[in-house]
Amino acid sequence: MSTQFLADLSVFVLSLLVGFEVIGKVPTTLHTPLMSAANSVHGIVLAGALIIALAADGVLGYALVFVTAAFAAANVVGGYVVTDRMLEMFRPRKDAS
Amino acid sequence: MTAFDATVRLVYLAVAATFVIGLHLMNSPVTARRGNLLSAGAMTVAVAATLVVLVHAGSVRPWAWLALAAGAALGAGAGLLMARRVAMTAMPELVSLFNAVGGGAAALIGVQDFTGRGGSLPIALDVLIGGVTFSGSLIASGKLHGVVPGRPLVFPGARPLTAVLALVMVAASVLLVAGVAEGWALVALAAGALGFGVTMVLPIGGADMPVVISLLNAFTGTAVAMAGFALGNGMLITAGALVGASGAILTKLMADAMNRSIANIVAGGFGTGDSAPALTGGGGRVRSLSADDAAIQLAYAARVVVVPGYGLAAAQAQHQLRELAELLEQRGVRVSYAVHPVAGRMPGHMNVLLAEAGVPYDQLADMDEANAAMPQTDVALVVGANDVVNPAARRPGTAVSGMPIIDADKARSVIVIKRSMGHGYAGIDNELYTDARTGMYFADAKKALAELTAAVKVLVG
Repeated sequence: MSTQFLADLSVFVLSLLVGFEVIGKVPTTLHTPLMSAANSVHGIVLAGALIIALAADGVLGYALVFVTAAFAAANVVGGYVVTDRMLEMFRPRKDAS
Repeated sequence: MTAFDATVRLVYLAVAATFVIGLHLMNSPVTARRGNLLSAGAMTVAVAATLVVLVHAGSVRPWAWLALAAGAALGAGAGLLMARRVAMTAMPELVSLFNAVGGGAAALIGVQDFTGRGGSLPIALDVLIGGVTFSGSLIASGKLHGVVPGRPLVFPGARPLTAVLALVMVAASVLLVAGVAEGWALVALAAGALGFGVTMVLPIGGADMPVVISLLNAFTGTAVAMAGFALGNGMLITAGALVGASGAILTKLMADAMNRSIANIVAGGFGTGDSAPALTGGGGRVRSLSADDAAIQLAYAARVVVVPGYGLAAAQAQHQLRELAELLEQRGVRVSYAVHPVAGRMPGHMNVLLAEAGVPYDQLADMDEANAAMPQTDVALVVGANDVVNPAARRPGTAVSGMPIIDADKARSVIVIKRSMGHGYAGIDNELYTDARTGMYFADAKKALAELTAAVKVLVG
């Protein structure tokens, strides 16, 4: 087991715990936007899609890069836009009465 | 490590930290939108920094650049279009679709990485989880959209097939990790995972979709984290783990709200609406209300709690409901909404539908808040909700036993708007409907609410 793997594993476990801690407090009212926001966050695979382009060579490689980039970009852009659309609708009472 | 590498890693760390802060801001409707924008900003920085890495490396082939640019443009356009156009009732389909593409992208990263560096545990897990998520989410989205039948689909030999696929996935993974396998093992793994996703989601009924979507959300996050392991990228690991945690929490909450174990839901077959009706006590008389009776009850109440169910959303009657509520409020009636966690088709879905209709979020009460206030409530107005208000849940021995419910029967009186005496997903009689204090108003939710609003206006001007 390499040092790199152990470091990555530590990050993974601690991030999971941070996630439980932070997300456990989100009120049920916001669960749909929360899931949609989390959905946008996993759009970070777009960065992964860029990284695999580094090694891409040959038709199969290019095709993989193309599809991966398309999937990830749809995830990122769509995710953030639709989450914003939803959250914009959550408004407090207009008057203070 | 060069200064350039160090800088990139620090930027990635800042991005990961910002994702955490962004999600933290989702704790309140006041700051949630800012949190999402912050998160989007961090995402932009992450992509920009990675592009700089690519340019700096200088080894990306022109064709790879072209593939990237074309793919990203196509994906971004499609994502934008769907996000702008989707109706709020169709949100679960879209979220499921984004789960699919996210998981799919993660799996493909695993495949690409394998061709460069050979097998490893993260790559095997990435392709496995990503593949299951991709096909499973597509089926879930199809079920919600009605392209795939929503009822549980169980074909002969489904269970043995699922077991075989699971076995294929495990065997192929072991071979990949041991490093004794060639590309064919990766193909077998991917095919097994894609097949497993299909056979996992097909037998699950429409009523269980809130749990399935949450579970697949957790899977996507985990797949992305595995892609992060494969690439040695901490930012992907953190982001993926956050989503994994979020999905896991929501899955647990949804399963609890249905009083069922996650294993029981994934095993499937529930949510058909055709299970044998359980015997319920009495079978008392049903009191039918006219629009005028109901309007008078509502108009002279001090406190009204609305209990919305999916029937409301199916009838697209949220706007009529808000109109009626505003009219009542003008008369000094206190109106709030009691939202059950599984009302709607994904966690918290009903809140979004009500928010879209212009209901302020401070009127949206969760189950515990609503139940605490129920004994002081004059009228509980149940619109299109069934199983989640069935008092039979408090007794053992029925299909809904043990499920947390909204205590509508504890209000001083109850008005139920419903099209017929038909059963909910659990397939049993609802004792609330035959309670002496309950009046049934049989009509489509949209029509009923419009009639009630008109009647309130006429009666009390």
